[in-house]
Amino acid sequence: MAVLAAEPGAAARGVDWRHVLKESALAAFIALMLTITMVGLRTLDSGGSLIIETRFPEVAVAVLLVFLGRFGLVLTREGMPLPVLIGGVVVAAAGLFLPLPATVLRVMTVAGGIILALRAGWVLWRHSAVTADREARDLAMDRVGASVQRVTRYVAPLAIAFAVALPFIPGLNDRSSIDIATLVLMYVMLGWGLNIIVGLAGLLDLGYVAFYAVGAYSYALLATTFGWSFWLCLPLAGVFAASAGLILGFPVLRLRGDYFAIVTLGFGEIIRVILLNWYDFTNGPDGISSIPRPSFFGLATFTRRPGEGDTAFHDLFGLDYSTVHRVIFLYYLILALALIVNFFSLRVRKLPIGRSWEALREDDIACQALGINRRNIKLAAFTFSAMFGGIAGSFFATRQGFISPESFTFIESAVILAIVVLGGLGSQAGVVLAALLLIGMPEVLRELEQYRMLAFGGAMVLIMLWRPRGLLAHRDPTVTLHGGGRGAKAGEAVAAAGAPAQ
Amino acid sequence: MSAALDTGSAGPLLEVEHLTMRFGGLVAIDNVSFDAADREITAIIGPNGAGKTTVFNCLTGFYKPTEGRLALDRGGRPYLLERMEGHDIAHHAGVARTFQNVRLFGNMSVLENLLVAQHNTLMRASGYSVLGLFGVPSYRKAEREAIDLARFWLDRVNLTARADEPASSLPYGDQRRLEIARSMCTRPCLMCLDEPAAGLNPRESADLNRLITDIRDEHGIGILLIEHDMSVVMQISDHIIVLDYGRKISDGTPEQVRNDPAVIRAYLGEEEDEELPPEVAADVAADAAKSGPAGGEGA
Repeated sequence: MAVLAAEPGAAARGVDWRHVLKESALAAFIALMLTITMVGLRTLDSGGSLIIETRFPEVAVAVLLVFLGRFGLVLTREGMPLPVLIGGVVVAAAGLFLPLPATVLRVMTVAGGIILALRAGWVLWRHSAVTADREARDLAMDRVGASVQRVTRYVAPLAIAFAVALPFIPGLNDRSSIDIATLVLMYVMLGWGLNIIVGLAGLLDLGYVAFYAVGAYSYALLATTFGWSFWLCLPLAGVFAASAGLILGFPVLRLRGDYFAIVTLGFGEIIRVILLNWYDFTNGPDGISSIPRPSFFGLATFTRRPGEGDTAFHDLFGLDYSTVHRVIFLYYLILALALIVNFFSLRVRKLPIGRSWEALREDDIACQALGINRRNIKLAAFTFSAMFGGIAGSFFATRQGFISPESFTFIESAVILAIVVLGGLGSQAGVVLAALLLIGMPEVLRELEQYRMLAFGGAMVLIMLWRPRGLLAHRDPTVTLHGGGRGAKAGEAVAAAGAPAQ
Repeated sequence: MSAALDTGSAGPLLEVEHLTMRFGGLVAIDNVSFDAADREITAIIGPNGAGKTTVFNCLTGFYKPTEGRLALDRGGRPYLLERMEGHDIAHHAGVARTFQNVRLFGNMSVLENLLVAQHNTLMRASGYSVLGLFGVPSYRKAEREAIDLARFWLDRVNLTARADEPASSLPYGDQRRLEIARSMCTRPCLMCLDEPAAGLNPRESADLNRLITDIRDEHGIGILLIEHDMSVVMQISDHIIVLDYGRKISDGTPEQVRNDPAVIRAYLGEEEDEELPPEVAADVAADAAKSGPAGGEGA
């Protein structure tokens, strides 16, 4: 089959029609089973009574589409891309004119036809089936990851410069764009924070949102109860979250793998339930409102008419008052915080503690045999990761002005984890890319709201199939003996190596 | 050089006394006592399931022995291994080990593997990461020294050219040697090698023998060796301990052990219940004849 696929010119020679039809029929049958209830039956509320409306034409069309689609895919694989290309174009064109029962079906017909035609065209052009060799594809993707990593070195400063300039770029400096950018950066920071424990230390933490919540509530309670300023509370929130990490760290030290994930999942829920039920302290489900906004480093406030003894930001700089000032300030704040986390992560990877985290991920038995105190380094990973989560949490609280346990559900942990996993465990640039995809895209394409989670799930499945280690999963050594040109200078290195040590 | 250093150590490096390890009702090691000396290769041999790896796991803290005393003398400072935590045994007592199934940090580079082995030294130099975060000169110097030590061992095991590649990309024999280099980077005083020659071809195996004897001679450390390959054991060991069903059945020089009837019985079975088909019996006899002269060279 692989040989056939390699030369599509040798068309129908040996296509097993029975097999092709059987495979297509099977796919159509699965589609039938799925659609017959979900699409075929629909409950309608007509005048107070519930009636069932049947939509069998839609089912028939959907099943036919699946049959044709599978048929086309199998034929392409079997070495007949040309008929499939023509068929795809015909179906797509037909989809535009045929009287179809629903618009969704029309879109699906046209899109399916085009995708099929494109795929067949690709195979014709490349003279090989795309799916031919999984391993080769994996290798190719890894090369892509490696080159992206190389490019990142030059792109990262540009990206940072772009991020810094963003509030002044015409067309992008309206309030909603900056809000979206702030949101994305918040998730970038959370992703980088979680990356320390999941990506470097290899401990799957499913309850990261707990630390986020601890940070948010620390700031909200300290600020509303004692009136402490944001700049004092920010490090305190980090300290509280780090302590929470330390406290959680102890009981889970002996666990790893799935057990570790389950305990952290439970911890995340415990924190949320405590916040929900400890009414006297946290105000329960009502949440905490009117959380103070941050000041301009304690020098000025962002209000139109400042109170007694305060200076207004626009007066300080002689600007006209605008509500955007605070939004831009918050944007720069989260940018700075995220960059601090990034700096820490990049730096710590090259330190013995970072290397031991990675070693722990690779093989923790060997770590012990080398005299590494696994308890301490696990606790350190946990604590740092939690601290950054807490700082991001207090930023969240001050930005929103209102927090309630609703904001700290498991889905938040899942999204942050999805960002880390999608980007590629341990990859800093991957986190940014994934945050843009997962947070930025849905915000920009607000109209697709109801398909958001569907697309999210679909994207995750595709990634897991094609790139199980994440989009930009490529690891560069933290230290090299021969510099960049590996192997090239090997001889020289051998010659230069003296006899140190014992 | 070795003569001058010899005066330093008086007693044996490691004294194992009445070591017993039970898992529920199963007695994996039953009252085993032996000594291992500095500058000597002590081999532990025995049929499958004799409890050899269990002895290693007790020594390196992966198991807590049920009974017994494991006394180590590191340059005059005594350690009781059975009371220590696993990582402290490697860190303070200086007992390093390799694993039967190689355990490298596969996605990390060869050089990084050797730097992880120097974790404790580097950790102290980096001020427990605080100073290292700001890149103070003293940490940079310590890291350079660590890389020098790593390079020394890379040269020894012939992996300098591949230092920046992921450890998992190395061929199997290289991975074995890298694991030994990695344990040596912890600067141990006792090295436990768990079947280092398993899966190696004869040439690699010969290289490995040379590496092990060199480590013994040049670095003056004690080596405990579990090995199935009798040609390796008989050639390089100074002292052999034979275990069978968790009990020590023989202890002595390779010459003594080879002629010990208890050992022959454990390996070949009792003569009475030996009902081998004639062709198998002939094979066994031929094997025994072959391993004889090979062992003789070494001893």
